[in-house]
Amino acid sequence: MSTLKRRTVIGTVPAALATGALAACGDDTEPAAAGSPEDLDAALERGGKLTYWTWTPSGEAQAAAFTAQYPNVEVEVVNAGTATDEYTALQNAVAAGSGAPDVAQIEYYALQQFVLSDALVDLGQYGLADLEPQYTASTWAAVDLGGVYGLPQDSGPMVMLYNQAVFDEFGLTVPATWDEYVAAAEALHTADPNRFLTNDAGDPGFAQPLIWQAGGRPYTVDGTNVGIDLQDEGTRRWADLWNRMLQPGLLAPIPTWSDDWWKALSNGTVASLISGSWMPGILEGSVPEGAGNWRVAPVPSYDGTPVTAENGGSAQSVLKQSADPALAAAFLRWLNSSPESIAVFLENGGFPSTTAELASPEFTGTAPDYFGGQKINEVCVAASENVATGFQYLPFQVYANSVFPDTVGAAYTEQGDLNAGLEAWQESLEGYGEAQGFQVN
Amino acid sequence: MPTALAAPRHRTIHHRARRPRHSVASPRKSLALTLLMGLFLAYALVPLAWLFINASKTQADLFSGFGLAFGDSFALWDNIVRTFTYDDGIFLRWLGNTLLYVVLGAGGATLLATLAGYGLAKYAFPGRKAYFAVILGAIAVPGTALAVPTFLLFSELELTNTPWAIIVPSLISPFGLYLIWVYTLESVPKELLEAARIDGAGEMRIFFTISAKLLAPGIVTVALFAVVATWNNYFLPLIMLSDPNWYPLTVGLNQWSEQASGVAAEPIFNLVLTGSLLTIVPIVAVFILLQRFWQSGLSAGSVKG
Repeated sequence: MSTLKRRTVIGTVPAALATGALAACGDDTEPAAAGSPEDLDAALERGGKLTYWTWTPSGEAQAAAFTAQYPNVEVEVVNAGTATDEYTALQNAVAAGSGAPDVAQIEYYALQQFVLSDALVDLGQYGLADLEPQYTASTWAAVDLGGVYGLPQDSGPMVMLYNQAVFDEFGLTVPATWDEYVAAAEALHTADPNRFLTNDAGDPGFAQPLIWQAGGRPYTVDGTNVGIDLQDEGTRRWADLWNRMLQPGLLAPIPTWSDDWWKALSNGTVASLISGSWMPGILEGSVPEGAGNWRVAPVPSYDGTPVTAENGGSAQSVLKQSADPALAAAFLRWLNSSPESIAVFLENGGFPSTTAELASPEFTGTAPDYFGGQKINEVCVAASENVATGFQYLPFQVYANSVFPDTVGAAYTEQGDLNAGLEAWQESLEGYGEAQGFQVN
Repeated sequence: MPTALAAPRHRTIHHRARRPRHSVASPRKSLALTLLMGLFLAYALVPLAWLFINASKTQADLFSGFGLAFGDSFALWDNIVRTFTYDDGIFLRWLGNTLLYVVLGAGGATLLATLAGYGLAKYAFPGRKAYFAVILGAIAVPGTALAVPTFLLFSELELTNTPWAIIVPSLISPFGLYLIWVYTLESVPKELLEAARIDGAGEMRIFFTISAKLLAPGIVTVALFAVVATWNNYFLPLIMLSDPNWYPLTVGLNQWSEQASGVAAEPIFNLVLTGSLLTIVPIVAVFILLQRFWQSGLSAGSVKG
């Protein structure tokens, strides 16, 4: 239900408006291009008013802590929608030339798109590139797109979460390789046809990290030159593996995040998940029935070497429309690099992108009862060190994800060949990219 | 009622009835049609029943039980309280916004449609036909198709993200205008207006004391359409507004529903359902209260007196 609705909105409005945005790149009057690191402290001193778009639960509390520290600055926190809903509003404001906030939350996969619409301020001019050592390599790589176009807030190194109670009941062991994973899926579904090892109804936000983990690098982006190869070796490796899950019906056809999905997690119909390291906090907060049953393990590997990918996670960026970009950048510096702010973020269950927090014994030592006292962050932090490098997203990834259900999604519903679905997706993306003025090859 | 009266007579006449057994007053009962009606009734009522049943469940019950059965606990009251208090009572704010848009938007649309429809029907002026053709054409353009151009226009005027972005487009109702035009032709006799003019009444006075009263059922019909359209308006506010403080209920509830997805997911399905139930209560009430006006409005003019 929600996929369809979201796609309708994205498919119509932004497609129309984004065209305008790309075409209109040049005529925006840009604010004073050259800023300097000294500007930030001066701006904090001077004060002013900022608007900050976020859907992070800790947003309000972080803004309050900031204002307590810098009383001259007023920050209005606005929840302009979750993920794609916010991007629609943001892309519309960019296209229209007014109405954008000073600072906005943007997921890593969507950042490239806003950079190319010339919507974001390069924070390098304020010296924020010096913050690089504070962040994990994979999150910094996601914001360093020919300029520093945001500061990382959270990260999502992929891990496997599994329901120990179901595993015990059916005598399953935790799979370390994908072959064992498929075998476990088979064993569980054969023993009880109502149960599945995992669910997947076709979700680009899930497929792409898995492609990333399998070594696929389907997109190459160099300015307006875009390469798309959804049949490269790694992508095929994933598709061939996932065909072994999809075609015999070992994947529960339940869309992730749907009400059915929450239900399936609650009653044990779906026995494990592969997700970002932010997922344990969500399970603990929203699936109370699973208390004590869940555990965290590394993602299965193809050849025994632990490799993972980033799944989800956001940066915050300063918009060019901001009336006071120096003040906005100063707020952002505090928001995503000061220990005070990150402490508030962690209290609300977020998973950080900063190495100091990830390495702190306090963080790795937590052993929640929900996970049977397991030190889950040890697994998650290890995952954050094993993220494969070199994966890029498309400069029109938000659109690309919105047409995934029409192409690869068809393979899911027919339990057909994912490689054929990927080829259809590729064709659709090439056509769109060219229509948007990219050189696609 | 008529069947009850007619039934005994049939019995006394037995089968020697010369008159047809079934008349307009006592129509033949058709099992097939009754079943079909029953099917339609179920089609309309089952979703409502589902909504009511599920609005009474806790989120845990929603995730565990069967959709059309009540859960372990009856938490409707709890859910209502939480709906109104969640996120500092933002739901109440959305309700207030929706009322604002309905009162100003739908109210204004009704007023403008009535004035314009009446004027077009009763006064001859140059360009009337062209004007009318434009309005008929406007009925054919769906509002959704105009949403993006409207957005860009309002953005130029720097009115996006303000209540005006919802109220001003809602003021225009070509279909309402057309209804009033038809209704005026049918129910406001020229002779009556002429008599009033001879008695020395001004045009404004004629409109407000005579015509408006004759038009009342038509006005209510138009108002009802406009209220429902504004109350349910989703797409326009979705693209016009980014500040939740100006959301109407439709967009707000969608935001709550979307909260169940992504990195910071916090599902509140029970509040989405209770919020939906609360959202339809006023509109159902308006419909029930105004339907007798509406019925008389629909049938008036259908039989030539």
